[in-house]
Amino acid sequence: MAAFFRWLRRNLVVIAGLFTLGYLLLPNVVVTVFSFNKPKGRFNYSWQEFSLDAWKDPCGVADMCGSLSLSLQIAAWATIGATVLGTMIAFALVRYRFRARGAINSLIFLPMAMPEVVMAASLLTLFLNMGAQLGFWTVLIAHIMFCLSFVVTAVKARVMSMDPRLEQAAQDLYAGPVQTFLRVTLPIAAPGIAAGALLAFALSFDDFIITNFNAGSTVTFPMFVWGSAQRGTPVQINVIGTAMFLVAVLLVLAGMLVGRRRNKQAK
Amino acid sequence: MTTVTDAPPPKAPAGEDAPARGPRKRGRLVPYWLLLPGILWLLVFFALPLVYQASTSVQTGSLEEGFKVTWHFATYWEALTDYWPQFLRSVLYAGAATVLCLLLGYPLAYLIAFRAGRWRNVILVLVIAPFFTSFLIRTLAWKTILADGGPVVDALNSLHVLDVTSWLGVTAGDRVLATPLAVICGLTYNFLPFMILPLYTSLERIDGRLHEAAGDLYAKPSTTFRKVTFPLSMPGVVSGTLLTFIPAAGDYVNADLLGSTDTRMVGNVIQTQFLRILDYPTAAALSFILMAAILFMVTFYIRKSGTEDLV
Amino acid sequence: MTSAQETGGDVRLTGISKTYGSFTAVHPLDLTVPQGSFFALLGASGCGKTTTLRMIAGLEEPSSGTVHLGDQDVTALPPYKRPVNTVFQSYALFPHLDIFENVAFGLRRRGIKSVKNQVGDMLDLVQLGEQARKKPHQLSGGQQQRVAVARALINHPKVLLLDEPLGALDLKLRRQMQLELKRIQTEVGITFVHVTHDQEEAMTMADTVAVMNGGRVEQLGAPADLYENPRTTFVANFLGTSNFIEAEIQAGAARSGDDLVLKAGDCKLTLPAARCGGPATTGGKVLVGVRPEKISLTHADDAGQIPEGRNRITGRIADSSFIGVSTQYVVHSPVCPSFEVYAQNVERDTRLVPGAEVVLHWNPAHTFGLDAAQSLLAGTTGSAGVEKVEEDASA
Repeated sequence: MAAFFRWLRRNLVVIAGLFTLGYLLLPNVVVTVFSFNKPKGRFNYSWQEFSLDAWKDPCGVADMCGSLSLSLQIAAWATIGATVLGTMIAFALVRYRFRARGAINSLIFLPMAMPEVVMAASLLTLFLNMGAQLGFWTVLIAHIMFCLSFVVTAVKARVMSMDPRLEQAAQDLYAGPVQTFLRVTLPIAAPGIAAGALLAFALSFDDFIITNFNAGSTVTFPMFVWGSAQRGTPVQINVIGTAMFLVAVLLVLAGMLVGRRRNKQAK
Repeated sequence: MTTVTDAPPPKAPAGEDAPARGPRKRGRLVPYWLLLPGILWLLVFFALPLVYQASTSVQTGSLEEGFKVTWHFATYWEALTDYWPQFLRSVLYAGAATVLCLLLGYPLAYLIAFRAGRWRNVILVLVIAPFFTSFLIRTLAWKTILADGGPVVDALNSLHVLDVTSWLGVTAGDRVLATPLAVICGLTYNFLPFMILPLYTSLERIDGRLHEAAGDLYAKPSTTFRKVTFPLSMPGVVSGTLLTFIPAAGDYVNADLLGSTDTRMVGNVIQTQFLRILDYPTAAALSFILMAAILFMVTFYIRKSGTEDLV
Repeated sequence: MTSAQETGGDVRLTGISKTYGSFTAVHPLDLTVPQGSFFALLGASGCGKTTTLRMIAGLEEPSSGTVHLGDQDVTALPPYKRPVNTVFQSYALFPHLDIFENVAFGLRRRGIKSVKNQVGDMLDLVQLGEQARKKPHQLSGGQQQRVAVARALINHPKVLLLDEPLGALDLKLRRQMQLELKRIQTEVGITFVHVTHDQEEAMTMADTVAVMNGGRVEQLGAPADLYENPRTTFVANFLGTSNFIEAEIQAGAARSGDDLVLKAGDCKLTLPAARCGGPATTGGKVLVGVRPEKISLTHADDAGQIPEGRNRITGRIADSSFIGVSTQYVVHSPVCPSFEVYAQNVERDTRLVPGAEVVLHWNPAHTFGLDAAQSLLAGTTGSAGVEKVEEDASA
């Protein structure tokens, strides 16, 4: 018994940590299980019977797959925009001395310290005042805006940990500024840029609050889910949620395996 | 022949000097070109809207007649008197969720950083992967988990947990759904990864030998944690709490999906005023108050915790 | 070799300086490094040696002055247009490229297509042919160092700049690489400019050493010359160890070949006038310096056996430590509180133990005189030589 308590005390943090992990993953388990449900009525909140109907016909709900593809498009463009602009800012911040550095740092930090609803509401005020047509473009503008700071942060961290002597070595070995950037700086900063881009994609794809304010009648996937929470939740939503979770996990695992194999080969 | 002398101090560079270095001085403009598009984007679509919003908040009028700036500051006072319960709820729910996130997230971050061994990356993936399922879908799943008469609620009931929470006023009867507890639970769940990742980052940087050194210097494991590990993880604690509290305070999704009309937070009010009632001045004023309150709290908090280099 | 090539590798710095705001890293300095020589810039950290090197490489823009390579003014040229290559401190090998591509980098940038043979030969020269497809982090420190040298040398630069190239290696490997670098330099005949804080390294490898301190060159010359004839206390202390006695000139020298007669306490010392760096006039104050290994130690009882004409000082042994090849004594004397003496362990006098009264004596030709108006401690571990301590600790 004493031995058990000693074991318990030593592993308390592990048990608590695994409990948290369970808490984090429980909703995903529920989402997955309920993607095989055959609900009675409009809402998919209680278990009825096993069915593969939704998996066989994932686009069987009106407008859902349209909203999904719109979300993917917006996320792709927002990722490109935010990654390019954010990477440029990150390089400027780490590699150069210039005026108004403090002000620029604050301007980049503030969007991350601002509740989304404030940014959403104020951006809508701007669009209304300018008489802009709400839709794809306003959503894209908003997404690039709030993804930008996260990309800057991710890329900055990587560039900061990069030895400036590497670029000097490239210059010393006859690489001009462009060559140095393409052959040395960019490849070494690539993991940071990729992390920033991945974050931007996830943030944009999953964004609801800012999109809800600035989309007008355009419906992205999160907005479709929101609407269905009021009207009735089709099982297909769970199918999409499960599929995205699986694809993400598989992609990451595949990436890890490839990385490991490459390391082994190199050795 | 090798010679060395201290040359006289150089005179101001004459004309021959300047053109020779011309091409290299042009590089001084590079940072500004790099910054320009992104900063312009933030100025126009982040800073400028805040100005517009400030101006909207002191306008009066109606949708039909249009709004005019009349410096009607009373809107702020009316907004505060009408909606102070929602403000208070936002702060309380977000605060509770932040504390819960810290309590739940720290052990997991610690586990990943020091105890996970070869499982480290797998657990990290499992922490991040839920992000890829739309958070609205996952929040809706809580409706199922916390459903009346479901296994979770039954278990809590038979353990008399719900009696305690009812006494605390965060649940009502044997229901969890549509109570403050459900909202706090949803907020905690939604922002937990934003607590875990910064905590993990700061814990992972701690040199494992520090633990051994502390042990060598007569510190018990609990003392080692209090005197070494936790203080060194402070940057993670600060950024984690900020990343949790700020979005939680402005959130209206959890209150809407998991709560009831009695759990409405300030985000719900802003959303309704802006998108349904179309009372722009009130919505703008509320939004402005929320922003000011959060910036004030964040600044105070960062000062207090002495991690200003975070920014 | 044509005559054009013979001067093509000269490095000529004219009035070159570097200031950062109000801080002057390098005071205006003139320096010529002749073609084919192995030149070392020696000094403690922050003395301006690396800044000087980087100005030659083009990585730092001089605040004033010009840099010439041979007859070409390269002051305005960016690093990638200078026929100069650098071996960086901690190597700066590109972590995303394998060894082969690291070495081929410079060739490829200059548009050379068939690099395979050249890179192969170069890797063989540094004995890394087998490692071509490994990534830098998979190599040991010594191997990485050789890659860095190969990557620079393959471009046949007019000058090779080495910035503390051996700093990250352990003592044994460092000795080995010193010889290796010296061999390569002799083989390729390229001008090497080597920055180091390690005086032994500089003296072992370089033909000419410039000792830098506070952004200025204190003294420049062949290693033996610097060691035997230091002109400042900084150089005397930074290169090896020196004993100093404050003395007053009693009789000046009529001609430069003559000796000066000095008085320190009760002792009379002679100093060749040519070796006096201070004012050689009667009554002038001079620091008399002598290296510990030049001094002989005789027990006071045998003082009569000491030949005439040698400088003598009496004292008492305070401490002695046996270190194998020699025994190091610390001697208290009225004219100098702690005199260091290194005695070869050939015939040990068992009476030379702490407390023993002794006479220190040496050939006046080994004495040097310095201006007394400078700190005795300049260049010792207490002031500028901090790095030496750290290094000893790590080695």
